[in-house]
Amino acid sequence: MMQPVLEVTDVSKRFGGVTAVDGVSFKVYEGEILGIIGPNGSGKSTLFNCVLGQLNPTQGSIKVDGHDVTGARPCDLNRLGVSRTFQLLQVFPELSVRDNLILAGQEHEGTMLDRLLGPRDAGLTASANQMIEFFRLSHVADEKAGGLSYGQQKLLDAAMAFMAGPRLVLLDEPAGGVNLTMLGHLRDRLKAINTEQNATFVVIEHNMEFVMALCNRIIVLAEGKIIAEGTPDEIRSNPEVIEAYLGH
Amino acid sequence: MIDFLTSRGFKIFFALFIAALLITAPFYLRNFGLYLIAMWLVISVAALGLNLTLGYAGQVSMAQGAFVGIGAYVTGLMTLAGVPWPVAFLCSGLLCFVIGWVLGYPALRVQHHYLAFVTLAFSTLVFLLMRNEEWLTKGIYGLTDVPRPILFGWNTGKAFDFYFFVLGVVTLLSLGVWWIIRSPWGRAFVALRENPVRALSLGVDTRRYTLMAFAMGSAIGGFAGALYAPLVQFFEPNSFALPLSLNLLLMVIVGGGGTFFGPFIGAATAVLLPEWLRIAQGYYLIIYAIVVMVLMLFCPTGIMGLGDRFISHFRQKRISAERAEKAKDMSQQEGK
Repeated sequence: MMQPVLEVTDVSKRFGGVTAVDGVSFKVYEGEILGIIGPNGSGKSTLFNCVLGQLNPTQGSIKVDGHDVTGARPCDLNRLGVSRTFQLLQVFPELSVRDNLILAGQEHEGTMLDRLLGPRDAGLTASANQMIEFFRLSHVADEKAGGLSYGQQKLLDAAMAFMAGPRLVLLDEPAGGVNLTMLGHLRDRLKAINTEQNATFVVIEHNMEFVMALCNRIIVLAEGKIIAEGTPDEIRSNPEVIEAYLGH
Repeated sequence: MIDFLTSRGFKIFFALFIAALLITAPFYLRNFGLYLIAMWLVISVAALGLNLTLGYAGQVSMAQGAFVGIGAYVTGLMTLAGVPWPVAFLCSGLLCFVIGWVLGYPALRVQHHYLAFVTLAFSTLVFLLMRNEEWLTKGIYGLTDVPRPILFGWNTGKAFDFYFFVLGVVTLLSLGVWWIIRSPWGRAFVALRENPVRALSLGVDTRRYTLMAFAMGSAIGGFAGALYAPLVQFFEPNSFALPLSLNLLLMVIVGGGGTFFGPFIGAATAVLLPEWLRIAQGYYLIIYAIVVMVLMLFCPTGIMGLGDRFISHFRQKRISAERAEKAKDMSQQEGK
């Protein structure tokens, strides 16, 4: 049987008396786009942070390509090929768009000494330019990221997550605050990367139209637990999900 | 005009102009003038180090003066014992690198003003060691008659020779710092300053870069101390007490933190400006304080930031004009 890219087993996270994530288990296979939906406070972002090493899970294990990475630091996970975007915009405003992208890839090139003594762009200008073109940011490539519009920054944020050619990308509300035109553009780009590079995604999203159009499989969280799992059509018609989240 | 000011050609021309000024200045200056410019260069190096730690990597340090002191004492004691200056210079940098690395550990746990207090405590500790450990540092009597280097038969004892010696070493150190901030390390330092959580998620080992920013900034402070000792030839612990650290902090902020030339400009305002203002006699410190306050009020990003604002203002104006022109053309075409 095919080995999952990501395997989350019985993960819980407690903050004092509050259980934010409660015994969650799921697997994500290569080339899959898994959506995680649920009401605010259902534990989606906490689960992401546990998977990505930003938080240590209270119990359970996380494996990437069969290797146990529970509690690993985010930078080590990134070098293993796990990348992410954040719910709130996280670009480096004082760096240019191109430098943001080079930064996103440079730590994967050689040793620290190589990066000190080697070329300024760590040999990544061509890859950064490709990514800039792919996400249609060519006209702002040399602008400081802080000067871009919200939608453009969102695209840059996503582009940075793909810069190092990751095995697995976790996107935390990529559609949040993005206008309709930019949203369609973002969805197209994500679909294209998924198809062309067989990239694997896990997406947290509140925009149901976006998530239903993008994902192959969806998990629904409520009060830290998985209450449903299935294809977008199965989730749409699941009475428990309608009751807890989607509404009538 | 803006394109010309930001062009590579103009930057090279400006750098050559400054280099020519620094090379020809000694032929027109007396000993005190030479001493003052050499002091500006040495203090600029100390500020360059702090700029790496604070301006680029965003780690507040109020201990840079202490590292200049450690460098000065190491070089002073070693050269007085007959050790050649280059060896003492390297030892000063190396010792400060190691101490700076250790001092970086608190920065992994605390930030901003908490970190400032940790480094302030360190600065006080170093001052007390310099003052109280008389068997080593000669306490409040300080070190006297620190020799100036003799390199390959070149005696730098006279002010004229020593000035060129300082200019050469400062140029090499500045090129080294320029290389670091232009390398991927410089980009990682900026990422550390702007958003350490995001940097970590992109594979930047923020722990290692934080320690490295502290260690390298401190080592450069130590190198500045190794130049300071033979420049002044006499110093005592008060020279490296908290006011020096605060002054270096002021230089980085006034000059423009996170820019390569900011520390040089900041050091000029702190070392040269007070001397030029001496014609105002007793009022010079008041005028100096007012100049600094006004600058900080209207330009919190420092003098280099003022230049950046000026350039972006005119660039933005031009872009808006181009956009308006384009929109006008399009509406005319649609009208046809």
